[in-house]
Amino acid sequence: MNTAVTIAGVTWKNPVTVASGTFGSGAEYSELVDLNQLGAVTTKGVANIPWQGNPTPRIAETYGGMINAVGLQNPGIDLFTQRDIPFLKQYDTRIIVNVCGKSVTDYVEVVERLGDEPVDMLEINVSCPNVKEGGIAFGQDPKALFEITKEVKAVAKQPIIMKLSPNVTDITEMAKAAEAAGADALSLINTLTGMKIDIHKRTFAVANKTGGLSGPAIKPVAVRMVYQVAHAVQIPIIGMGGIATGEDAIEFIMAGATAVSVGTANFHDPMASVKVAQGIEEYMKRYGVEDINELRGCVE
Amino acid sequence: MATTKMTATVIHQEPIGTGIFSMQLQAAEIAKQAKPGQFVNLYSKDGSRLLPRPISLCEINGEAGTLRLVYRTVGKGTEEFARLHAGDKIDIMGPLGNGFTMQEEKAILIGGGIGIPPMLQLAKELSQQSVEVQVVLGYRDETFLDEEFAPYGTVYFASEDGNHGVKGTVMDAIREYGITGNVIYACGPTPMLRAIQAYALENGIVAQLSLEEKMACGIGACLACVCKSKEKDHHTNVNNKRICKDGPVFFAEEVEF
Ligand SMILES: Cc1cc2nc3c(=O)[nH]c(=O)nc-3n(C[C@H](O)[C@H](O)[C@H](O)COP(=O)(O)OP(=O)(O)OC[C@H]3O[C@@H](n4cnc5c(N)ncnc54)[C@H](O)[C@@H]3O)c2cc1C
Ligand SMILES: Cc1cc2nc3c(=O)[nH]c(=O)nc-3n(C[C@H](O)[C@H](O)[C@H](O)COP(=O)(O)O)c2cc1C
Ligand code: FES
Repeated sequence: MNTAVTIAGVTWKNPVTVASGTFGSGAEYSELVDLNQLGAVTTKGVANIPWQGNPTPRIAETYGGMINAVGLQNPGIDLFTQRDIPFLKQYDTRIIVNVCGKSVTDYVEVVERLGDEPVDMLEINVSCPNVKEGGIAFGQDPKALFEITKEVKAVAKQPIIMKLSPNVTDITEMAKAAEAAGADALSLINTLTGMKIDIHKRTFAVANKTGGLSGPAIKPVAVRMVYQVAHAVQIPIIGMGGIATGEDAIEFIMAGATAVSVGTANFHDPMASVKVAQGIEEYMKRYGVEDINELRGCVE
Repeated sequence: MATTKMTATVIHQEPIGTGIFSMQLQAAEIAKQAKPGQFVNLYSKDGSRLLPRPISLCEINGEAGTLRLVYRTVGKGTEEFARLHAGDKIDIMGPLGNGFTMQEEKAILIGGGIGIPPMLQLAKELSQQSVEVQVVLGYRDETFLDEEFAPYGTVYFASEDGNHGVKGTVMDAIREYGITGNVIYACGPTPMLRAIQAYALENGIVAQLSLEEKMACGIGACLACVCKSKEKDHHTNVNNKRICKDGPVFFAEEVEF
């Protein structure tokens, strides 16, 4: 039985990684999860300098999901390369570094800094507000997305995964812009912008007022978007949004994803990612699937 | 020390006040390594409620492998836990957080409302180390756990309605009874902790404060639960500390909240 997948020339032992921001850089979870059993570990977004993040409360539970406005708090690329990359290198798993920034030059700086580091792939989070362009996220404008993808690709030494925002009218337009600019792969979806009001306190549940909705509640939206994007571009897709079980992962793969990420489910069960990998194998055994790659996009 | 996620068995559960429950759990892997001021995450069986509910350890019996939790029902999660009976199972993870630093100095333990439970195990362990223990408990009106502290030290009360001890807050009780000590350990509502922080800093008394924030991972990975720190934190590299991992207990001079 083969569970290995290859994305932009990088082979993962199985198609499961963890979604950026839900797993830190793996150190805390490593007490509970054997990182060697994951196809890849995707780190929390890292910027050129440390970011303080948003005020608290930063999260709120919602029906079958949660809203977060952590605000991309991160220690900055210096400490990250000194501490987090060497930590992950101890494990037999692929390392994907998620990159964030407030301007194109911020992203380019981080991508350049990572060029000589032993990481396998870079995932570019374009849901960050572009401070220079009045706060509109790079991922909500196909021209801005094309530009940033091109700039990043020009300096990148590792394959580039562009992480798409679902907060757009037509996600295929974004996917095509990223592909045209040279992206090696796509990941989707990031969180859906949402809001929760605490009616007892008559205030917003997260201090930022709005936040990103994630978890099982968003899964059908994510599956639909993966399906649409898979039919619009040729480059491989890492699918995510509400995956908590092997069956959920199979759904994304059938919609056209090459690999999957487990995010919010880690908060309900720290072992969720490894259980998803095991669940995929169980499905394959049950249906006599020899190679996971056979299932990709099998529903037309 | 290793954090463990496990299925615990309810040994006993009973209400000990209006909407206040006391639950005994069999959870040996966690109990044998836990210390006062640490907490566990409780997980709901209902898939619509994904996030863990953090609850402090009220009593720890390492030998028997049991934990006691005392909690107030405030929403759907705690209401679900309140329906559990002896023999029922519940998924929990722990021990989480740093816990109190035991100091061999004359101690003032201050608990306000649902911040009282973690003080019980602390009172027990401090008294076992022959530390002079004074306990100040603050209630709105109805009392709970109040009689269980007596074996471990002198207990003082404050209540908003004045029916139990001093009428007012725990700070009023400290002034009224002239309670003095070298180390304060406190858990309770934020305004109470702020008052204690100010009092401790003014009077040069060491104070350990147990803070609260909304949590997702509970292990320091997601950065949901931070509070502002005076100094740059070595892990986050910014002026934020993670309450679930670096706390919940902080020294008064470390944090702003
Ligand atoms: C370190 C720590 C220790 C705690 N110890 C105790 C204890 O010993 N006894 C006790 O009664 N309560 C304690 N709490 C508060 C307890 O976690 C909440 O009352 C509980 O999570 C409420 O869940 P719910 O589903 O009933 O309420 P809901 O309001 O429906 O919960 C919705 C969401 O908000 C979160 N939430 C709600 N209130 C709080 C809160 N005060 N702090 C953090 N998250 C919250 C819940 O975990 C859940 O994710 C502690 C909190 C922390 C952070
Ligand atoms: C607490 C939290 C923090 C996140 N941080 C990041 C981040 O730093 N960078 C990023 O690209 N996505 C971030 N995300 C989005 C997730 O990686 C993922 O795209 C999204 O949550 C959907 O997947 P899920 O439903 O499995 O969580 C974060 C999500 C959560 C819940
Ligand atoms: S709850 Fe995730 S860092 Fe504290």
